[in-house]
Amino acid sequence: MNLRRDVFQALADPTRRAILLLVASQSMTAGAIASNFDTARPTVSKHLQILTECELLKQEQTGREVYYQINAKKMKEVADFIEPFRKMWDERFNTLETVMKKYKSNK
Amino acid sequence: MGMEQKTQINAEEGRQDLVITREFDLPLELLFKAFVEAEFVEQWMGTKVVKLDSKKHGSYQFETINHRGNKHGFSGVFHEVSPNRKITRTFEMDNTPYGVQLEFYSFEELTSDTSRLNMHVIYESVGQRDQVLLLPFKQGLNMAHNRIQDILGKLK
Repeated sequence: MNLRRDVFQALADPTRRAILLLVASQSMTAGAIASNFDTARPTVSKHLQILTECELLKQEQTGREVYYQINAKKMKEVADFIEPFRKMWDERFNTLETVMKKYKSNK
Repeated sequence: MGMEQKTQINAEEGRQDLVITREFDLPLELLFKAFVEAEFVEQWMGTKVVKLDSKKHGSYQFETINHRGNKHGFSGVFHEVSPNRKITRTFEMDNTPYGVQLEFYSFEELTSDTSRLNMHVIYESVGQRDQVLLLPFKQGLNMAHNRIQDILGKLK
């Protein structure tokens, strides 16, 4: 439960979400990732560390470079994790829509 | 990421609030009505309306009974009810550790047949918000667990 919670919090940060979107298309080095942000390099490094610790990112050593790539399995898990709250509201609002449409057509 | 969804949740890290946005295939007046009149609240919330006095200083009290026969109470007070525009109210799940939340509902007309609801909910702490956000996830786990128990029980 705690691990899931950490993952959820990691994903709630806009910069970290942007990093995940960035590496979703191709694996990248820390330097290449940082060059996409105005944020200071150590800040980006900190974000990468958090994302790696909660397994949203995987590191891969190629020669002297470390490449970051997305951990698709974990991403799926997290998407499922916040989804029940969204779904609960979505279902409620779908019912609201149906109830009010019925009332409108009976008027 | 992914398809545009009808109901969207925005909950940022370390904040004690969240925003729920939804576009409805309903005229603004009908959307608003669904939140202030007891007969409609009962239908879409699936709850018994014990009291609903939709005006400033008015209060409300809802009651649901779950599949196990347990009664759950919800209540709060209205601070603003501006027709077709805004509702400000408190909300509390009785006998739970989730505290009182402050809710701002903004209603907006998109076209003569469509409208948008923006729900801004503020909790007492970051921890309480996260607990509420995780509640349906935990309930899902519990339900799966109970189903397994039921099946195992029948096998005995």
